[in-house]
Amino acid sequence: MNLAAATNASLAEMSNVLIYSSMAVYTLAFLAHIAEWVFGSRSKVGRTAAALTPSRTAAAPQVAAQAGGTAVLDRPKVVTRSAAGSRDVPDGPGAAAGDVQGDLYGRIAVSLTTLAFLVEAAGVVTRAVAVQRAPWGNMYEFSTTFSTVAVGAYLGFLLAKKDIRWMGLPLVTTVLLDLGIATTWLYTDSDQLVPALHSYWLWIHVSTAIFCGAVFYLGAVATLLYLFRDSYESKLAGGGSPGGFARSVLERLPAAASLDKFAYRINAAIFPLWTFTIVAGAIWAGDAWGRYWGWDAKEVWSFITWVAYAAYLHARATAGWKGRKAAYIALIAFGCFLFNYYGVNIFVTSKHSYAGV
Amino acid sequence: MSKTDTTSAANRAADAEAAAEAEAGAQLSTAPQEETSSGGPSLGPVGWVRWFWRQLTSMRVALILLFLLSLGAIPGSLIPQNGVDELKVQDFKAANPGLTPVYEKLQLFDVYSSVWFSAIYILLFVSLIGCIVPRTWQFVGQLRGRPPGAPKRLTRLPAYTSWRTEASPEQVDEAALRLLKGRRYRAHAVKGSVAGEKGYLREAGNLLFHIALIVMLVAFATGQLFKSEGGKLVVEGDGFSNTLPLYDDFRSGSLFDTDELAPFSFTLDQFTGTYEPSGPQRGTPRTFEADVSYSVPGGPDKKGKIKVNEPLVVEGTKVYLISHGYAPVVTVRDARGKAVFKGAVPLLPVDNNITSTGVIKVMDGYRNAKGEKEQLGLPAFFVPTYAGKGNGQMFSQFPALAFPALNLGAYHGDLRVDGGLPQNVYQLDRSKLDPFKDKNGDVFKQTLLPGETMKLPGGAGSVTFEKEIKEWASFQISQQPGNGLALAGAIAAIAGLAGSLFIQRRRVWVRATTGEDGVTVVEMAGLGRSESAQLPEELAGLAARLHAEAPTAPEPEPASAEDAASAADPADPADEGAEK
Repeated sequence: MNLAAATNASLAEMSNVLIYSSMAVYTLAFLAHIAEWVFGSRSKVGRTAAALTPSRTAAAPQVAAQAGGTAVLDRPKVVTRSAAGSRDVPDGPGAAAGDVQGDLYGRIAVSLTTLAFLVEAAGVVTRAVAVQRAPWGNMYEFSTTFSTVAVGAYLGFLLAKKDIRWMGLPLVTTVLLDLGIATTWLYTDSDQLVPALHSYWLWIHVSTAIFCGAVFYLGAVATLLYLFRDSYESKLAGGGSPGGFARSVLERLPAAASLDKFAYRINAAIFPLWTFTIVAGAIWAGDAWGRYWGWDAKEVWSFITWVAYAAYLHARATAGWKGRKAAYIALIAFGCFLFNYYGVNIFVTSKHSYAGV
Repeated sequence: MSKTDTTSAANRAADAEAAAEAEAGAQLSTAPQEETSSGGPSLGPVGWVRWFWRQLTSMRVALILLFLLSLGAIPGSLIPQNGVDELKVQDFKAANPGLTPVYEKLQLFDVYSSVWFSAIYILLFVSLIGCIVPRTWQFVGQLRGRPPGAPKRLTRLPAYTSWRTEASPEQVDEAALRLLKGRRYRAHAVKGSVAGEKGYLREAGNLLFHIALIVMLVAFATGQLFKSEGGKLVVEGDGFSNTLPLYDDFRSGSLFDTDELAPFSFTLDQFTGTYEPSGPQRGTPRTFEADVSYSVPGGPDKKGKIKVNEPLVVEGTKVYLISHGYAPVVTVRDARGKAVFKGAVPLLPVDNNITSTGVIKVMDGYRNAKGEKEQLGLPAFFVPTYAGKGNGQMFSQFPALAFPALNLGAYHGDLRVDGGLPQNVYQLDRSKLDPFKDKNGDVFKQTLLPGETMKLPGGAGSVTFEKEIKEWASFQISQQPGNGLALAGAIAAIAGLAGSLFIQRRRVWVRATTGEDGVTVVEMAGLGRSESAQLPEELAGLAARLHAEAPTAPEPEPASAEDAASAADPADPADEGAEK
């Protein structure tokens, strides 16, 4: 028994070292991303690429004749056309903006982020092994898992060849913030769970809650950048001249329409899962506390978050609410999620407050 | 929907194209039209009612109601609620006498059953019903109808492709129809083109989700109206049978009938609690288990285990383990040496280490040193792990029974329990009681270890702290109909949500016409409800399939292109076989 306890203690120690190491590597990734943005800003290629020329593709002939007279029977080419009213602005060239050195730093940053992710994930897994349960018993553990999942989702998008490297810098910055808060203020020694948490619903309810939060976060970053980029674009379209920051940074981001679409897809895809998280929590509450819904502070704020995201989805389908207004709602919705995590756990007494701060 | 009216009215040359496009996209969803005129009605009361109804069922008002709902939910999470924690409400009221009347007027202690909160969600649900009923009818109409014919200028649609082929227009149409049907499009030939539509499940999912929300609301309301919920504290060895008088406290919904209490009874055989013995989390609970025997009338005795997350379910009623504590067994003898009280006295925990307080009340049979009938009240302080004599105060060091000690005071006189007024069994009404005094004239008090006996001053009797210390557990016994319905609603809501957010509803048109040079021109176009990256991809896939059957015609210079075509894009026979 003592031997086992000692092993666990050393494993827990190892987990802490891994989390700190991942913070060090994230810091390096952060610096590499900064270098990417800095070198990218000197690129002329990027500037011209981002020029706001509407790219209206005409209905071109699809069959090209080759020399020799044999027609090449390509697949018919599909021409797309965006809906009326949209700006038709092309996506920016990304942080490196075609600058070779910037791109190199960008690649280094992504590699370092991957490494940091692996180290952090190992830290979370070691913690789980040390305590021999799901590593979601207190806020320290939530926070470390949360950032691991957010970075994992980001790397997943990269792996799926999605244009998302622009998110690298904001993501790594906030991951460092999250881990800093976790290790400084939220740290809790590894330990067993109180009886109320002994349930397989912990695996289901808490894991989906963390996953939803992490991916909603990516959506929120995209939404925030959308707001900046959108005002930049409308300023340009109105003939104004944006400031130096906008010219240098916002220009390299994807078009507002792309950011908006990305954020919408993420939020829409996660919303059913968030619904499931609340339902799973209600089922667990039915077993643990004798009622499936009792207006506990955590339940209330989950509900508020749900309603806010529902409002966002409705707003996107409502004339006069599309675009910026819907984006504000999405940010409010994510704000509710954050408050539900930090605010309710720390400041409000709730049945979920055994989160161990 | 007034869409078709407006389009047919605006039928001038310039608008004709837009109208045709609007028709192409018509009924791709059943989303409500946005009202363009925001001015109030100039009609009579009927007009007002219609205006109000149209406003209420509009998306904009639904959005505002959603906002209000989330805003309205906030105070309930920050201000203590009667339905959640009544004690906290009382504390709050005591601490904020100025705010209390204002809050009470605004029903801020009962936010979720308040008039204003109810008004918001009832309006929201009326708006919801007003929205989904017409949408359901429309959707049924769409299911019975067919997708509309191709708009005049397919090039204006979000995804478009075209090529020239040697196949005749009829062949192309036939192949296109076969292809679309093979891909499970609802397709038909109309006005010289082939129209196909897919993704009806999106709308079905959307309607299902909103209907499921109503089902959940109904289930929740049913649960609130018909539920019953009561608490009972049971000492090890004692039992409980599910009848109203035996409850310590009982709450029920307004439509609950006490005859509906499920007939069963149970006995608490043993309660087990274990705690972290060392480390920084020393004393943190690890397991709580209550072993019970239960039975229904006429049935055999069964054994059961109730844990924190695992209630016992008997006849649809759930028995939850809520809390636990200690019940020291005490024997009280009067001046004659006769045992007038013997039993386990449950004491209430006041801290995490289960320092407990309570009162031992001896109501009958006690006679004092003079032989007079009197009542005794013994305020008790119990610690499962005593710090030892002279070590600070009487606070427990650990929640388990490591070094139990019982501190007793003693009062005699009238407990005032006979007046018929309900009395807290854990508190003493000292108005007609006198304390026993020790030699120095102080209030008599003594700390006992198990097995020890204390003698009351003046030969007034004795109290023995028996070696056996029992534990008690308190249970919540609740019965709530509608849980199954709520769960079904929740599952339907998630399924509907997934359908409405992950499925794309889209239309594809294929038109083959004979060009001026006698060569067939094939045009294909796709239209989705929302702009989607998948639509062009899907159209490209369809075009490739169709192209295999109607390959590109060679440029005016004749060449043998046919072989190359079938080699480049071999048609999938399985797909074609799937027609009909």
